[in-house]
Amino acid sequence: MELRASVPSGPVEQKWDNHRFEMKLVSPANKRKYTILVVGSGLAGASAAASLAELGYNVTCFCYQDSPRRAHSIAAQGGINAAKNYRNDGDSVFRLFYDTIKGGDYRAREANVYRLAQLSVNIIDQCVAQGVPFAREYGGLLDNRSFGGAQVSRTFYARGQTGQQLLLGAYSALSRQVGLGRVAMYPRHEMLDLVVIDGKTRGVVVRDMVTGQIESHAGDAVVLGTGGYSNVFYLSTNAKGCNATAIWRAYKRGAAMANPSFTQIHPTCIPVSGDHQSKLTLMSESLRNDGRIWVPQQKGDTRPPDRIPEAERDYYLERRYPAFGNLVPRDVASRAAKAVCDEGFGVGPGGLGVYLDLTDAIKRLGEQVIRERYGNLFEMYERITGENPYERPMRIYPAVHYTMGGLWVDYNLMSTIDGLYVIGEANFSDHGANRLGASALMQGLADGYFILPATIGDYLARTKQEKLDPSHSAFRRVEAEVTERTKRLLAIRGKRTVDSFHREFGRLMWEYCGMSRNVQGLQVALEKIPALRAEFWENVNVLGANEELNQSLEKAGRVADFFEFAELMCHDALERAESCGCHFREEYQTPDGEALRDDADFAHVAAWEFAGVDNPPILHKESLAFQYVSLTQRSYK
Amino acid sequence: MSRLFLFYRSSIGKKVVMAVTGLVLFGFVVVHMAGNLKVYQGAEKINAYGEFLRAMGSPVFSHGQVLWIARIVLLASVALHIMAAVQLILMNRRARPVGYTHQDPIQATYASRTMIWSGPVIALFVIYHLLHFTAGTVHPSFRAGDIYHNVIAGFRVWYVSAFYIVAMVGLGFHLYHGVWSLFQTLGINDVRVDRFFRRLAAVATVAVVAGNISIPVTVLLGLIS
Amino acid sequence: MDVTLHVWRQKSAADRGRFVRYEARNISPDMSFLEMFDVVNEGLIARGEDPIAFDHDCREGICGTCGMVINGVAHGPRRGTTVCQLHLRSFRDGDTITVEPWRARPFPVIKDLVVDRGAFDRIIQAGGFISVPTGSAPDANAIPIPKPDADLAMDAASCIGCGACVAACPNGAAMLFTAAKVSHLGLLPQGQPERRQRVRQMVVAMDREGFGSCTNYAECEAVCPKAISIRFIARMNRDYLKASLME
Repeated sequence: MELRASVPSGPVEQKWDNHRFEMKLVSPANKRKYTILVVGSGLAGASAAASLAELGYNVTCFCYQDSPRRAHSIAAQGGINAAKNYRNDGDSVFRLFYDTIKGGDYRAREANVYRLAQLSVNIIDQCVAQGVPFAREYGGLLDNRSFGGAQVSRTFYARGQTGQQLLLGAYSALSRQVGLGRVAMYPRHEMLDLVVIDGKTRGVVVRDMVTGQIESHAGDAVVLGTGGYSNVFYLSTNAKGCNATAIWRAYKRGAAMANPSFTQIHPTCIPVSGDHQSKLTLMSESLRNDGRIWVPQQKGDTRPPDRIPEAERDYYLERRYPAFGNLVPRDVASRAAKAVCDEGFGVGPGGLGVYLDLTDAIKRLGEQVIRERYGNLFEMYERITGENPYERPMRIYPAVHYTMGGLWVDYNLMSTIDGLYVIGEANFSDHGANRLGASALMQGLADGYFILPATIGDYLARTKQEKLDPSHSAFRRVEAEVTERTKRLLAIRGKRTVDSFHREFGRLMWEYCGMSRNVQGLQVALEKIPALRAEFWENVNVLGANEELNQSLEKAGRVADFFEFAELMCHDALERAESCGCHFREEYQTPDGEALRDDADFAHVAAWEFAGVDNPPILHKESLAFQYVSLTQRSYK
Repeated sequence: MSRLFLFYRSSIGKKVVMAVTGLVLFGFVVVHMAGNLKVYQGAEKINAYGEFLRAMGSPVFSHGQVLWIARIVLLASVALHIMAAVQLILMNRRARPVGYTHQDPIQATYASRTMIWSGPVIALFVIYHLLHFTAGTVHPSFRAGDIYHNVIAGFRVWYVSAFYIVAMVGLGFHLYHGVWSLFQTLGINDVRVDRFFRRLAAVATVAVVAGNISIPVTVLLGLIS
Repeated sequence: MDVTLHVWRQKSAADRGRFVRYEARNISPDMSFLEMFDVVNEGLIARGEDPIAFDHDCREGICGTCGMVINGVAHGPRRGTTVCQLHLRSFRDGDTITVEPWRARPFPVIKDLVVDRGAFDRIIQAGGFISVPTGSAPDANAIPIPKPDADLAMDAASCIGCGACVAACPNGAAMLFTAAKVSHLGLLPQGQPERRQRVRQMVVAMDREGFGSCTNYAECEAVCPKAISIRFIARMNRDYLKASLME
């Protein structure tokens, strides 16, 4: 396997423009002769499917949800970054590029990130024209807010529902194309495998989740916009259906998986309330602007928070990071919370929580101001916990919510398999080892609206391939494999439910490959996961048949893939013997407990090649060169 | 014409027809009630009012012409109102072939939920009312042109009065929901005027019902004769 | 706490379906309603019985996937709340709870509590968009929009497409859903060129799907998890009237 990043030559600010001119075009009359299969209908998938159809391609789009409007992009709250500099506060494309590279702890490709910053301005234009109701000021112009990791106000938002509004914008563009007959939409269809013929991607095999029918779809290229893999931890802020099956099957067919251990932990989530917990809910980080984070000084202190006197509280972030205090970056805040809880100072059920206390702010600003700023978050907290945050400090705990890793892609967003494109959270690009707030939406839409529709044309124009039909023997073979696997899952009829396995190994991953990792832990995980996976294949109980709506079967297939994925994550975390961004290896830290990067040995993308389920994966490295930013060590003291 | 037909074919089109005809009929019941109250001014006044209605439009129109035009408009409104209602009810029934085991309303008013019953009650009443006071076929001692006599004699029969009172209560419920609803359907309603339309519906309902019911009640109590 | 559930079970669209009684024992008041279903399902699987199928995804009240009628109320007793955000502390120990799928002809049952809401997608496909091909947009600040208009558009745009409005409407009408989209786009300057055509096409699509008509009960507004107001229905009626008669 060879990693060709295909980064165009020339100065970084001209690369994309030059590249667009150099790319071959498909003539308008010929576009309709090409069929492109898009898997996933989130920000990336929906925007790509709509834009490709507008260009004139034949598009088929699949999603596992009952409607493309429900993809998990919908849950993003905070906003979307764009280098518009509407505030006149010194923002620029270069600054957004710089902030993103630095925020990613220098583990992303400069050319990609620069292009992302360039396109950010077009995204806002496009979305406003579609009718996305962004927040406005009284003068009628767009409002901005500031966000972590940046000193300028460049985040556009629509209340606390920015992801929803952007997704509905992309969904409406997609719906228009469906109505015009240019996109064939297949909701409640899950991609179960990829079909590669002579080194080129030629289609997918999907399961109709209502009838169980295994169907083949042939095309000239396949686009995966299938999201991230946070659910490998069982508990995460992702939707229950989010899964890694599509990218995992692509990996097993020859696509390289890059930096799978880069997973982001969000510090302000609502803690687990018991073993029944099925998912975690994130609250906007903006709460940390006015809240103070503390735990009791005494271990196992069960007094209610208002009974704990000031002198017996430990405001540990303010104590350890006097300069930034409660506003340290996500990863630092998260690790500190886990550390105090691991030492036994945590509060709430299971001792897995710390107080986020807005009492001082309420006193200082008045309840009305706090209600205006955080009313919706307080309401959400109250709904979930039954506690009133105006009277009692909120409990928070970190949770996994985004994965920077994903399928390796070149500058054109093509994976190591020809004709397989990967966009949005599903690819590894742009965020390096840590994603900045309000950048996920930007990346998904840049990929889908602007980058992919341009680059895929170049591939199609350069590639001669005959038309295929799903009756081709390669499709039959893959269908047979998929069917065989389903049959196997249904035939086990063991003693344990799919969820019980998922919960157990999710806990294992959180423990050993979560927000901090070490050699011993990762080795334990690498022993335990295959053993649990073996038990899964002997003892899982999946009832019912394939030929019906069978939610247990859907889950079983996804969990089976997560098992294999988890192992790769641990390999990657073990191999990367440095700390960077969200990847914190306990062995590599500064005396202050900060992440200690090793740029000499690890300024590269780790891209893994599949070598069989029971064989260790093969590592390939794409080295990263930084011409426009200088590598520095962060400090928040 | 085809545009009107297409409009009527839609669910909103039918609702608009109900709203417009409802507005005509609402105007009619208000005026009718105001005219009824002339009974308190004595036989001469109310009989003269009856004559005025027939003579209306003179000399451009001949005797009774305008009244007949009004009657035709009203009849057409009633017919359209009922036709649209029946079609909409059938449409709504088809939309929910399987019901819930139990479903308690959350904020739908009693009046809104009983439109389907108050409507037919009013229709039956109107038929009886026309036979009673206009044609006189079901009246014990009908005298053409002598409205005062017809009213007093008609309402002396207690069960006739009782039926009128019940029908007016039905009309009240129908108006209470219908009057607000028609502004909502015509798209005139908005947050700023919503309260006004709700009050208008309440006030108009109380006025029409109280005004109309007062007549049989006073007749039965012997206050007018 | 313990509760007794009467849950609608229906193997497939062709099956007749019936209520089945389940006991949920020792459940925590901190569980969400869906987590209680998870627990009941774990028990069913252990006994070798088919688990109850129900739609759900984000479990934070925004994707619009979940939905069931609980004791006759779409999304259950708490106002402005989807089922996934409804917690058992809204119920009492020993309660009997009846759970049914959304009922409407355009939402046929697929299995148990899962229904097909494809009709909503088809209404949007008929016109719930602004035609702006990628790349053709002017600068985002080229058209100022008065803040009150933008805010009102956002109120309408917050619809999550769950279908509770249809489920709660005694007529099975989709007016609130359709009106929310018509109003969202119709309130913005960008939505003006297609405003009349949009409302006509969307209403035609809505009727074609077999939804009922609006009797102004306002039950939809009462169950809407995003508390979308029926004022938007009046708005759509007005737009439709203008579009149909004045062009």
